[in-house]
Amino acid sequence: MPEFTLWDIVYNLLLAARWTVLLSLVAFVMGGFVALVLLLVRTAGNPWAMRLVRGYVELFQGTPLLMQLFILFFGLPLIGIDVSPWIAAMLGLTLFTSAFLTEIWRGCVESVNKGQWEASATLGMNFTQQMRYIILPQALRIAVAPTVGFSVQVVKGTAVTSIIGFVELTKAGTMITNATYAPFTVYGCVAVLYFVICYPLSLYARRLEGKLHNVSR
Amino acid sequence: MSLVELHAIHKSFGAVQVLKGIDLKIDEGQVIALIGRSGSGKSTLLRTINGLETIDDGTIMVAGKKVGDHDTDLLDLRLNVGMVFQQFNLFPHYTALENVMLSPQVVKKQSKAEARAIAEEMLTKVGLADKMTHYPDQLSGGQQQRVAIARALAMKPRVLLCDEVTSALDPELVNEVLAVVRQLAEEGMTLVMVTHEMRFAREVCDTLVFMHHGRIHEKGAPEAVFANPKTPELANFVGGLAG
Repeated sequence: MPEFTLWDIVYNLLLAARWTVLLSLVAFVMGGFVALVLLLVRTAGNPWAMRLVRGYVELFQGTPLLMQLFILFFGLPLIGIDVSPWIAAMLGLTLFTSAFLTEIWRGCVESVNKGQWEASATLGMNFTQQMRYIILPQALRIAVAPTVGFSVQVVKGTAVTSIIGFVELTKAGTMITNATYAPFTVYGCVAVLYFVICYPLSLYARRLEGKLHNVSR
Repeated sequence: MSLVELHAIHKSFGAVQVLKGIDLKIDEGQVIALIGRSGSGKSTLLRTINGLETIDDGTIMVAGKKVGDHDTDLLDLRLNVGMVFQQFNLFPHYTALENVMLSPQVVKKQSKAEARAIAEEMLTKVGLADKMTHYPDQLSGGQQQRVAIARALAMKPRVLLCDEVTSALDPELVNEVLAVVRQLAEEGMTLVMVTHEMRFAREVCDTLVFMHHGRIHEKGAPEAVFANPKTPELANFVGGLAG
């Protein structure tokens, strides 16, 4: 039976951690883009579109991420679309992220004083102009801290994709455990690696919060 | 034809009828004050004139065009009608100059140089030539409100609506804002203001409109309205102010 050093374990985990980071990034960027579109639809005022977006958000907030992944991974093949674990994981996390970011950002937009909408409207601006020049710049300042904070949830959420066979940090941990029979050491390392990714994000979010709350521009 | 013509305006918030049939004509150069107790509908009436409140019934004509529901109508309306708010509502992330320049650039598509020239002219007019690069939170309430007036004027509106523009100000800052409004009136700007500054209204306005329970109860020249109220409600209101 081959011997595994701690470095063997960490090295292989680090290789897999690249996929965790990549998946987080992709989910966050694409989810953010979808969320921005949904946010504009939600704020533009068409009652049906608003209801649709709210339903979407509640659907993803009200079901476990694991079920969303299962449904994508096992459901799409049923209608003839074969998805790899990578595609399913990416798609699932993107949808999940978009729902939460839509809700977070909606709160930020709504916290901008109503007088800002009225003043810009009386100056002749249309919805797009109001959003671009008046509302979003102010909402953005409010949104930065909770958004960075939520990115931690996305990173941790990627662990769930191990269940559909996507080889990221957690899945790699399971595979290495099966070879080394040292679960405590391996999962300990896995946990440390997650922490190393997430802690700077939390720290950064907290710092931003302090910084942006002190000035109004 | 009058610049603004309101005909049979009705407006309810839920079950509460706020405007119960308002007819009002505002001529070019006229300076009108809407007075009355809180809840009489004066602010709502002002806000219907530029479409911030939709109306349930009646017609609004501004500069000869009927105000409908289409976006283009609304833009037309807002280019004609400027507004200044009680809470200033300056854009906190822009400097005074940028606040004033923004709309001419974005809405009227003026060049940056043009917009800047107009903004500087307007800010100078309201006495803030030395505060152009200040952000709203670096200005006093009176200065913020004067920026807000300059911002509205930069769009060259034909009517300016003033919604209790001094009500949020500390007493010592009221006069600097009123002085600007007075100057506008003297220059012939058409003004419609909701105000609690009765002495100012009396001095500056040519017409007082007394609103009571969602109707125009009395209307006339300030001296007449104050000296000889025709209805007990107005007598009561005027008397209440004196006492």
